[in-house]
Amino acid sequence: MSAAQPSVGERIVHKEFPPITRHRLALYCGASGDHNPIHVDLDFAKKAGFPDVFSHGMLVMAYLGQALTDAVPPSRIRSFSTRFAAITQLGAKLTCEGTVAELLEHNGEKRARLTLTTKDQSGEIKLAGEAVIAL
Amino acid sequence: MVDQSAVGREFTPVTARVEPGRLRFFLDTLGEDNPVYRDENTARAAGYRATPVPPTYLFCLEMMDATVPFEFLTALDIDLARVLHGEQRFDYFAPVVVGDTLTFRPRVTSVTEKKGGAMTLIVVETGVTNQDGVHVADISRTVVVRNPRPS
Repeated sequence: MSAAQPSVGERIVHKEFPPITRHRLALYCGASGDHNPIHVDLDFAKKAGFPDVFSHGMLVMAYLGQALTDAVPPSRIRSFSTRFAAITQLGAKLTCEGTVAELLEHNGEKRARLTLTTKDQSGEIKLAGEAVIAL
Repeated sequence: MVDQSAVGREFTPVTARVEPGRLRFFLDTLGEDNPVYRDENTARAAGYRATPVPPTYLFCLEMMDATVPFEFLTALDIDLARVLHGEQRFDYFAPVVVGDTLTFRPRVTSVTEKKGGAMTLIVVETGVTNQDGVHVADISRTVVVRNPRPS
């Protein structure tokens, strides 16, 4: 992040990701240790009442984290949280964004609270989150 | 159905080592090419002892090295097929880098019924310490259980 203090309302995080594929979900299943079959096994997903497999929420949050640490060094992140607002379907092309919501100070450390979103190609919010970063 | 009696339940602590090969697989899967995660010199120049982990990787380490997969679900008699991830939070207190050995201690901190019992929200909070006993992070996970309709 630049030395200049960001201003409230400024968008400092923006990154787009390639469409979610079955292959990506299979790789993430192995790479993350989350072996819940609902994300990779179509038979299991259908039996659980879903039309198809769908993305791990944490894969989408990992993308949001990647967008965040492209803009902010990881050592400056104090907290990172999100609500999983909607299921991310196969083919979703995700855009992650973050804007400065508030400037604050904690025990003498200057910080900013960022509002974060992940949307798909139709603009539907998948993740609504925030991060607190040290400036 | 999970009720208030679950609050305070603790589960088997998980010990996980941050291994470079497994971390590289994660980075490759996400197309993560930020040099701070991949190049030791870049990481050291940024003040780390070794390459750090990305912000959500703590969640993965706990799952990868759990001796009982999905223990809190089985312990609370929850069907994996009925679970969705509702919310996730990380609070970071100290860096986590390749070579660290972490201990995760999960416990249930709240159980809330929603929509007249159609859903139950369960919060599991996990403190994370490293090999030196440093409290490096807290993780909070909210799972949504889609309860079966009463027959």
